[in-house]
Amino acid sequence: MIVILIIVGIVVLAALFLVFRYNGLVSARNRVDQAWSQIDVQLRLRYDLIPNLVETVKGYAAHERQTLEEVVAARQRGVEASGVAEQAGAENQITQALGRLFALSEAYPDLKANTNFLNLQEELSAVEGKIAYARQFYNDAVFSYNTRIQSFPTNVVASLFKFGEREYFETEGEARDPVRVQF
Amino acid sequence: MIFDAVRANKRKSWLLIAAFVAMIVALGVVFALIFRLGVVGVVIALVLALLLTWGSYWYSDRIALAMSHAVAADPIEYARLHNLVEGLCIAGGLPKPRVYVIDDPAPNAFATGRNPEHAAIAVTKGLLDKMNRIELEAILAHEISHIRNYDTLVMTLAVTLVGFAALMADFAFRFLWWGGPRHRNDQRAGGGGPQAILAIAGVVLIILVPIVARLMQFALSRRREFLADASGVELTRYPPGMISALEKLRADQTVVHSASKATAHLWIEEPLPTRQGEGHQPRLNRLFSTHPPLEERIAVLREL
Repeated sequence: MIVILIIVGIVVLAALFLVFRYNGLVSARNRVDQAWSQIDVQLRLRYDLIPNLVETVKGYAAHERQTLEEVVAARQRGVEASGVAEQAGAENQITQALGRLFALSEAYPDLKANTNFLNLQEELSAVEGKIAYARQFYNDAVFSYNTRIQSFPTNVVASLFKFGEREYFETEGEARDPVRVQF
Repeated sequence: MIFDAVRANKRKSWLLIAAFVAMIVALGVVFALIFRLGVVGVVIALVLALLLTWGSYWYSDRIALAMSHAVAADPIEYARLHNLVEGLCIAGGLPKPRVYVIDDPAPNAFATGRNPEHAAIAVTKGLLDKMNRIELEAILAHEISHIRNYDTLVMTLAVTLVGFAALMADFAFRFLWWGGPRHRNDQRAGGGGPQAILAIAGVVLIILVPIVARLMQFALSRRREFLADASGVELTRYPPGMISALEKLRADQTVVHSASKATAHLWIEEPLPTRQGEGHQPRLNRLFSTHPPLEERIAVLREL
């Protein structure tokens, strides 16, 4: 009689363990997916800010056409990019082009004093930070999730229900190059 | 490493909390037995302590903001502040807290709220003026970490335990006073020696335990400050930012006008004036301070 009770108790505990661990894995995996789409949200924000910036700068420094066109082209490449590597490359080009544009503005005191320009500069700087933080959060979520499915005893549940590892966001070759500023 | 520091601090504060609770539970048992308070007395003390602290916990954000005359930060005028808070919340996976500004020249900041969904951050105008972008971000990261680590809840727990201990000591003292005749009867029956020892031990406990409980509360507060420093750096991944900010705070001598003993533990550094400056507090003072000395915090961060 007691033996039966003990067996039932063990079975119940095992079932509960399975349920809690499974739900934990689902939650961790969803956090990874959500973090990934959050990066996209910040990237779109940056794309939206750029046209406004280009227009403001044109008002004061119209003949700096080359730099302005580079920014617009880089933005377009970013919007159309598909796949992580292509997007990361395009993002780096945007950062470089923007860097050149802001360096340019040093030569135009009227532009520098323009409140719209200053606001945009602050917003773009903030968005760059948020993109970086979104990527950091994504990597943290991947770390947390991967650690869970690799650790015992959760790895048993993970392989049972086919939870696969996720990849970290890493900058590809071009994105690691330092930003070049030319006057 | 940053993550090791965070884990170590969390482990140490759990140990402290466990020791705290164990001590209070032991106190409850001792008082129930020695002073024949009984379970009823203990339960009354616990319920009273909970009631007294519950309101301040539940409305911690409103209370702290009102006491410091904080004003909601306009998103256009304080765009940088809002942007920095938003970025850090993305890094921490937190909802964005309400952001406030305090009209005070002393550089300081605090965060409060019962959970991340009902949280608020306030910074003084002095902080905004004196810190550059990176330093401001480091300080905000520290404050947001307080929210993320549920420090308001932890400190409320500590204050509740202190209140419970104080109430029990108070009840026991009264029982000692009013329960006199019963003890004397026992003594005449021949139980003189041990009864006297117990009574003396009881009085010692009544005096000591509330003090020790307070000391543990302050120790826990200091441990959570170290944890917030480490968690803040975990968000920004840039220790030099926080080091630079703390060094600026160390050099600045202005005192926050609207701080008080009650809210002292919430600020990023001790808002109340110290006698000889941060690094030279006499030993005893340091046991009662809510924040570790700035020197120590900077030294710990340099190790990361």
